[in-house]
Amino acid sequence: MDVSQYLEIFIDETKEHLQSLNTQILDLEQDPENETTINEIFRAAHSLKGMAGTMGFKRMQNLTHDMENVFSEVRAGNLKVNGTMIDILFQCLDALDEYLTTIQSTADEGVNENENLIKALNDQLNGGGSASEAAPAKQEAATETAAEAPADNSSSDSEKAQWKSITLDESQKTVISSAVEQGMNVYGITVFVEASCLLKAARSFLVFKAVEDSGEIIVSNPSTQDIEDEKFELSFSLIVISGDKLDKIIAAIKNVSEIEDAYGEPLDKSAYAQVEEAPAQPEVVENKQTVENAPAAPVAASPEPKKEAAKKPAAAKPVVNRTVRVDIEKLDVLMNLVSELIIAKNSLVSASGTNNLDRGFNEQIEYLESVTTNLHESVMKVRMVPIESTVNKFPRMIRDLSKNLGKKMELYMTGEETELDRTVVDEIGDPLMHLLRNSADHGLESAEVRRERGKSEVGSIFLNAYQEGNNVIIEVGDDGNGIDVEKVKAKAIEKGIINEEQAAAMNDKEAIDLLFSAGFSTAKVISDVSGRGVGLDVVKSKIEALSGEVDVKTKLGEGSTFTIRLPLTLAIIQALMVVVGEEMYAISLGSIQTIEDVPVSDIKFVQAKEVINLRGTVIPLIRLHEVLDIPESEEKTDSLMVVIVKKGDKLAGLVVDKLIGQQEIVIKSLGKLINKFKIISGATILGDGEVALILDTNAML
Amino acid sequence: MDEIKVSENYSTTQYIVIQLGDEKYGIDIKYVDNILKMQRITRVPRVPKYLSGVINLRGEVVTVMDIRTKMDLPKMEETKNTRIIILKLENVEKIGVIVDEVKEVVTLGADEVEKNNQSAKEETAMFVSAVGKVGSELVSLLDLHAVVAE
Repeated sequence: MDVSQYLEIFIDETKEHLQSLNTQILDLEQDPENETTINEIFRAAHSLKGMAGTMGFKRMQNLTHDMENVFSEVRAGNLKVNGTMIDILFQCLDALDEYLTTIQSTADEGVNENENLIKALNDQLNGGGSASEAAPAKQEAATETAAEAPADNSSSDSEKAQWKSITLDESQKTVISSAVEQGMNVYGITVFVEASCLLKAARSFLVFKAVEDSGEIIVSNPSTQDIEDEKFELSFSLIVISGDKLDKIIAAIKNVSEIEDAYGEPLDKSAYAQVEEAPAQPEVVENKQTVENAPAAPVAASPEPKKEAAKKPAAAKPVVNRTVRVDIEKLDVLMNLVSELIIAKNSLVSASGTNNLDRGFNEQIEYLESVTTNLHESVMKVRMVPIESTVNKFPRMIRDLSKNLGKKMELYMTGEETELDRTVVDEIGDPLMHLLRNSADHGLESAEVRRERGKSEVGSIFLNAYQEGNNVIIEVGDDGNGIDVEKVKAKAIEKGIINEEQAAAMNDKEAIDLLFSAGFSTAKVISDVSGRGVGLDVVKSKIEALSGEVDVKTKLGEGSTFTIRLPLTLAIIQALMVVVGEEMYAISLGSIQTIEDVPVSDIKFVQAKEVINLRGTVIPLIRLHEVLDIPESEEKTDSLMVVIVKKGDKLAGLVVDKLIGQQEIVIKSLGKLINKFKIISGATILGDGEVALILDTNAML
Repeated sequence: MDEIKVSENYSTTQYIVIQLGDEKYGIDIKYVDNILKMQRITRVPRVPKYLSGVINLRGEVVTVMDIRTKMDLPKMEETKNTRIIILKLENVEKIGVIVDEVKEVVTLGADEVEKNNQSAKEETAMFVSAVGKVGSELVSLLDLHAVVAE
């Protein structure tokens, strides 16, 4: 049985559980007595344990098991929530998250046992220091086994030794006898699955896996096929050949969760002989022969397929695809639109068959147009997910930062439900985290300073998200110190980014933009939190890679706000189609400022470069012919068609031959082979089926 | 006929025989995704000369390579026989290759393929992995990984 097909679900659900654990434990820290929260936590930890167990991630299972023990103690009122416990629990969550990351990339949990965490958890269990608390704790830890105990007693010996009922066939006997001759041990084992177990087949698969780690399964009752198909009650029996001790195998089996008990004995010599009596009687020579010939069949045939299955999860290494959970309603809308599309197509087909082309035809085309527009919108919506999944981890982060930095702070978030394209939501996490860290570290003043300034000692950090037209705005800010322009300038001079003259000529906005230049970090002390060499320049380039913009507003002494503006979706954009030479190119409408008709006589030269003066602003000209290696047309014109594009505050004029117009284009990526030239960001397919390239004006500026 | 169905035969290998200038070359059919008539190729600026540009293959943008330029063969005018063969190699994106003509599909047994490669032309030797015998003719079997490599 192969569990790798459930890996995606496992990863998704584990993420959700971890997120909910994070949130709940944060709540618990505020309100240690809240029973609902404790119950929620217990449930999440329990599901996590079960899921990890089903998937065969033992280390993960062990850790969650110990966490669950702690929660169950807390729930029972035997243990009080304290600061250390919360810290340990958060560390555990981080460790689990690490496991998950490893699983995601390799389909395996890795080798980190996190023993120190497990020990810390057990210390908590036994702790409070007193023996009186330790005792119930132990008992509690054993609840699972305790629950099994009565079951144990009720099952009589004969029930336990079900394996005795297995009858061995000829070839199996010879395999066993030859193994015994080689000094191997033969065991009969009966495994009992908990009555509440939902995935019996999965559990038994894990048992088989565990047993095969130390030996070979000669025969099972019911057959492996039946077990895989869950065609068995609550127990199954195995005859195993192994070099290991029986205890070790039994322990390995019991390690599988939801296994009630495993009972085994060395295969009784007498029973064994008895079993063998019949075939053993004839000649020894004959027996030997069968030993040599026959074993190949059963040994190779029966355990082999299972081995393969056991290897699969590790070997297949599925690269987990990124998925989007889609609201079924959204899919219904899509489905409806597609059927409308088919109707529209059919009407067109029938319209083309009639002689009266003009009428019906236009009408149908209009219909088709509206259907495709709606279809596009709905597909876009399917790709949209709330930013919640990304921003949910921030409260925890701020809590940790608050502890690390020794500053009191509070995070206020709004608009977590704002939706963005899945790709953007995935990418936006790091830049946001960086900005928040910046606010916490550089933005907020120390408590003393805050008191002096008459602010509340607890600093506030906020994150607001909302939609504005075709953009989503995310603001990250604080009520801290704000940005000291003079300090920024001094720092930039020190770093050699600008000289003093430049600094003097700079206005505040320009100075603040210096923050985004590479290698700039204003923190005087390099702290663990921020100032590790990568800074706002990374934030900026990341946001720009997502076709977004960052902007800062600050007031010294009152705080600063970083505003991120992102497009709703990346896959489809509004573009201006232009012609250069004989070729057509698309320029994203978002980066176009204006379009100008510039008389050739207006072109000036600055440092041998062409510029134009547009209403007081000097703008460099970029001849697309030259950039794109297109031969310039012979005929000289009096004026040039110039598309003014912007990147932040920078402007440039692109000289084109002709404008076609505005069009909604679907962005297709160029293959790696041909995607060498930075200013081509992709391609799109035009109405006539031809390919047009998309110019990345940001790369030109 | 724009498409030729790909079938697999385990004991033998099928090759599509193409014409480049006066020589014939074989392309292992298992790597052939599609064969298209020549169509308008959108030039992409500032890429290696042998990359002709990109085409629209049913909504997918696919890079097209001029195999003559890549193999240092003289340039040829496009004719009505010119075709684009879309290749799909493992772990590599689809790529189109412009050839003068697609001749036929041949099936070669292992004994009809000579591994030691004695290509007629020195400059193309690095792109040829073996030589196959088709009747009395010799067909150079292309090493597609070398052709597609940058």
